[in-house]
Amino acid sequence: MTRISDVASVIRSKNAGPYELTFDIIFKDRHWYDEALRRDLINPALIARLYGVPERDVLGIVAFAPANAIKATIKRPLVSGDIGETDVYGAQQHAPLLTISFDEDPAR
Amino acid sequence: MVRIKTPDLGGIHTTIEAVLCTQSDGAEAYHGAAENIRKDRRRMTEQSLPPIRILSPTAILGYGFPRASFDAALAKRPDVIAVDAGSSDPGPYYLGAGVSFTDRTAVKRDLQLMLTAARARGIPLLVGTGGGAGARPHLDWTVAIVREIAREEGLAGKLAVIPSDMDRKTLLAALDSGELVPLPPGDPATAQDIEASTHIVAQLGEEPLIAALDAGADVVIAGRCYDPAVFAAVPIRRGYPRGLALHMGKILECAAIAALPGSGSDCMLGTLDEDGFILETLNADRVCTVTSVAAHTLYEKSDPYRLPGPGGVLDLTETTFEQIDEARVRVSGSRFIPSDGYFVKLEGAKVSGYRTVSIAGARAPDFIAQLDEIIAGVRARVADNFPVMAEGDARLLFRVYGRDGVMGALEPERDALPHEVGIVIEAVADTQDRADTICSFARSTMLHFGYPGRVSTAGNLAFPYSPSDFEAGAVYGFSLYHLLRLDDPVAPFPFELSNLEDPK
Repeated sequence: MTRISDVASVIRSKNAGPYELTFDIIFKDRHWYDEALRRDLINPALIARLYGVPERDVLGIVAFAPANAIKATIKRPLVSGDIGETDVYGAQQHAPLLTISFDEDPAR
Repeated sequence: MVRIKTPDLGGIHTTIEAVLCTQSDGAEAYHGAAENIRKDRRRMTEQSLPPIRILSPTAILGYGFPRASFDAALAKRPDVIAVDAGSSDPGPYYLGAGVSFTDRTAVKRDLQLMLTAARARGIPLLVGTGGGAGARPHLDWTVAIVREIAREEGLAGKLAVIPSDMDRKTLLAALDSGELVPLPPGDPATAQDIEASTHIVAQLGEEPLIAALDAGADVVIAGRCYDPAVFAAVPIRRGYPRGLALHMGKILECAAIAALPGSGSDCMLGTLDEDGFILETLNADRVCTVTSVAAHTLYEKSDPYRLPGPGGVLDLTETTFEQIDEARVRVSGSRFIPSDGYFVKLEGAKVSGYRTVSIAGARAPDFIAQLDEIIAGVRARVADNFPVMAEGDARLLFRVYGRDGVMGALEPERDALPHEVGIVIEAVADTQDRADTICSFARSTMLHFGYPGRVSTAGNLAFPYSPSDFEAGAVYGFSLYHLLRLDDPVAPFPFELSNLEDPK
């Protein structure tokens, strides 16, 4: 089993405007980026399951070859800074992504 | 034959230098005034715009930069110094309350170096999103610092201030006429939210900045700006491709964050020509790599290929990143595609209540194991004593650090039992007094709350502070984050021109 944290140099979260939270996984090299794409490793069902949100709140998954990166974006549970906010910048929401591994069945 | 226009900025020596430089390249040149230099330049010198160098000293004005990097950047003779002074990232409070999230002394330190360098070299200095959020009070705060520096350093020159505040009446009319539209996944704007907003700003494109430069501004202090605008304004004004100028601005606005290792507190230099731009740091400890620069394109964006901004979309589908040496990256192929209609993004904030918080910790395993039931019990007791809770005029929140304090509803490991938790009790009410009352009562109730199997009967909470409760004051929420269609990108944002040396 290859853990994503072994083959990615950056795994991060950040606001993309006050309505959205965006996750970046930047792979260390093209091989693992290609492999992740080939296996459809990062898919809406996976993101929805990791964050306990409905799949319709997964707003998009985009691969960006120049950076060997895959990006996923979800709707924020709250508009940034609204009462009940836990992370105004959205910078500490990435940890569930660290559990992804290459043996995971994407269809599950 | 090239005509060199007397520059708006700099002295006759700059003009002479330009004539000599052009002649040394084998072209004939003469010196003369020009009304329409952009058109002239296009006609007379098809592909010969010289590279233009834009210096971004720091990611946010006030975040600082090493003096050595700044000096190294100046030695490369930048044509423009520009800096982004703000962000909506720190949340709605700063826009709503009209205060900066950066420190005045730190902002003054950065501005002092930039202003004196820019004036000494006769190159323009542009500051975007002045004061952090770019509304009138933020702009006034920044301009006061600029005048203070000008006075202390004996600086002179033309200062343009460009407010970005939007008038409520205009926006109510735009809401009625359908020109104020939501930005998915956000909801449509409401008249109540517009009326309740303490400050509303529009993200300016480069056009109002260019208008100020056309009027001879040496220093431009702008309200809320689309982040790349201050970096792209001078190049676009001089005829460089808009897509490349904006993409370079998009990277420069975060200064050396796009380098490896990244830093928001170090300088980045962008050199733009008609076919692409080169990025470099001014610090031997950082390099630009294809990955570091390309990865930055992802940052804070949901789609790295299409970056919408004022008036159109920056299209990066054809963009290429090339490592030209160990430390520099060249970017080309970025295009700007104008949209159907010119839209700017609005940001507004309004008061949503007043907050009081109490900070505590807990170490008792039985207390931690039953925390959800205990919180429900405390909540019920507060509601029983203070009907304001039931009426919805007050909210009581319990944040449990060590469990789901960071991720809230998104936390997948909420059920793992920690040995210790941090608890923030938070009350938000329509008045500060009510928030104080609710927070205080919830804190004392939780401290002595009885639960099954309790052995630690002296108190459930460990307080690090006395007093245990803190008034956090007014709480703001975003009231607007919408798009507004404009007929003219410049007219709503006239600049105010004065001299740096004017007392105010």
